[in-house]
Amino acid sequence: MIKISSLAHVYEKGRRLKFPYWEIADMEHWLLLGASGSGKSTLLNIISGLLEPSQGEVLINGTDLYTLPARGRDRFRGRHIGIIFQRPHLIRSLDVFDNLALSAVMAGLPVDHERNLSLLHDLGIGELAKNYPDQLSQGQLQRVSVARALVNKPDLLIADEPTSSLDDENANQVIQMLTTQAKDNGAALIIATHDRRVRDHITKTYLL
Amino acid sequence: MNIFKISSKNLVRNKLTTILNIILVAFGVGILSILFLASTQISNKLEKNAKDIDLVVGAKGSPLQLILSSVYHIDYPTGNIPAKDAYKLMQNPMVKRAVPLALGDNYNGYRIVGTDSTFSNLYGLSIQKGSFWHKDLEVTLGSTVALTSGLKIGDSFFGAHGLTGNGDVHKQHAYEVKGILKPQGNITDNLILTNIGSVYKMHEEKHAEGHSHVSAAEAKEINDKEITALLIQYKSPMSVILFPRMVNQSTNMQAASPAMESARLFSLIGVGIDTLQWFAIFIMGIAALSIFISLYNAMKERKYDLAIMRCLGASKSKLFFLVMFEGVLVTFIGACLGLLIGHVALEVIGAYQESSQAKLTGLTAIPQEVYLIWIGLFIGALASLIPAMQIYKVDIAETLTKNR
Repeated sequence: MIKISSLAHVYEKGRRLKFPYWEIADMEHWLLLGASGSGKSTLLNIISGLLEPSQGEVLINGTDLYTLPARGRDRFRGRHIGIIFQRPHLIRSLDVFDNLALSAVMAGLPVDHERNLSLLHDLGIGELAKNYPDQLSQGQLQRVSVARALVNKPDLLIADEPTSSLDDENANQVIQMLTTQAKDNGAALIIATHDRRVRDHITKTYLL
Repeated sequence: MNIFKISSKNLVRNKLTTILNIILVAFGVGILSILFLASTQISNKLEKNAKDIDLVVGAKGSPLQLILSSVYHIDYPTGNIPAKDAYKLMQNPMVKRAVPLALGDNYNGYRIVGTDSTFSNLYGLSIQKGSFWHKDLEVTLGSTVALTSGLKIGDSFFGAHGLTGNGDVHKQHAYEVKGILKPQGNITDNLILTNIGSVYKMHEEKHAEGHSHVSAAEAKEINDKEITALLIQYKSPMSVILFPRMVNQSTNMQAASPAMESARLFSLIGVGIDTLQWFAIFIMGIAALSIFISLYNAMKERKYDLAIMRCLGASKSKLFFLVMFEGVLVTFIGACLGLLIGHVALEVIGAYQESSQAKLTGLTAIPQEVYLIWIGLFIGALASLIPAMQIYKVDIAETLTKNR
């Protein structure tokens, strides 16, 4: 369902990155491995429609991402791709519940409060719905950002270095959470990392 | 959950900045609305009260003072003129209607005006209760006077010498209330009307007390007496040039035109109004600058929020609108608050005003105030334009990969 072919990106400074062919089937879990500077983030940005590649194509469910107009690409991303960043990046002026609702609103979808609440419960933070990001711990924020990525029932869940700042125990929990949630929500999962601890959980790897 | 909620939540989060900006806009708009309202009300009042009066004839002195005292009943009269000369002028063929005025007394700050029936014709007065004055010492009250003094038909009261205050009360004669006028919406609401004879009686009595010439004074012809001023209406507009010149050159009196004098008065006040207006515009400019700076600075932090929203599927134009909306929301709230401040302030000013004749009120609105709201919105949009444009420059991928 996701296919990238003959993809390459040239930065303004002249650095050229080439990405090998990659095909991800529905609900598959993949690791994106590579040393830092190998282009992991660049590839993730290209796949999520944030960075237009110099050449090549990205097909998601048969849609060529970069033939869509900018506005259509934004909307497509909102509806089909859930992104979890290294840092949680929640909107600080909104409480947890509104942060989740924002996800649907920005993608132009109706807000399903019941689903959002059950997502929070699945992630063990149901009681925090009315709290503001400032009041949460790092681990709780991470969970909220996972919930936010899942709000619009995405086909693809992308996590960028989700464990890099966590200890072994928490890192394990996060990986468990991501794989379980991806499975439960019927989404494919890409985890970009250089963290060895993650490799024990996911077998398919794409190496840069 | 919509743009409105996101914006207002963000504004509430940055309370102090938001409040500062709202206050700045509110003050600018407030001052402008006070100026608009006050100058409209003053010029309306000036126009309304001088509507059918082409010329005022009175004792020599400041023409502005003559107009203020005998048309608007604000200032002190310039002095008295011989009734004999005044009646001569009233017979002039150029004059359509002439109203004699005898001023000098007040009751609780409301002026007692001695005049005749031509006065009620000039102002088109009609009676609400009772009747017009007929005999000496009978009075008809303006509606405001009746309302605030609580005097009713049949009541009597003593007038005091002078135009304000209750210093020197004429205890010898009491006025009797004969009627109350319908509200006219002009100066007559604040006047107590009587005939000229009453005013003479008040003052002769006093004179007589000192010199015991009571009978002699009463026997005197009206010709030897004095009145304060004469309000004149011309037969034809042609007289505008001839008549005042005739009065000023061939008599010992002066003629002043209400239209000219109030225009002169307005040009004098106008300097102050202009200054205040520039001051208000200056404050609005500061408000715009403050909103611009706070939005622009906030963009450094909000870049992450906006990048997140982009990731969640918001288009650039949606976020551009979001930032613009925030600025406009602040100035809109500020403008509405400013109008409220303006009206309340003017009502308070009116309540503390001494002269009841030119009372200002904050309870009326004028169409120009809508412009103030539009100006507020425009300033908000202008100030947030450049910060909002930043949306188009933000590199989402880079912003989100970098640590906060």
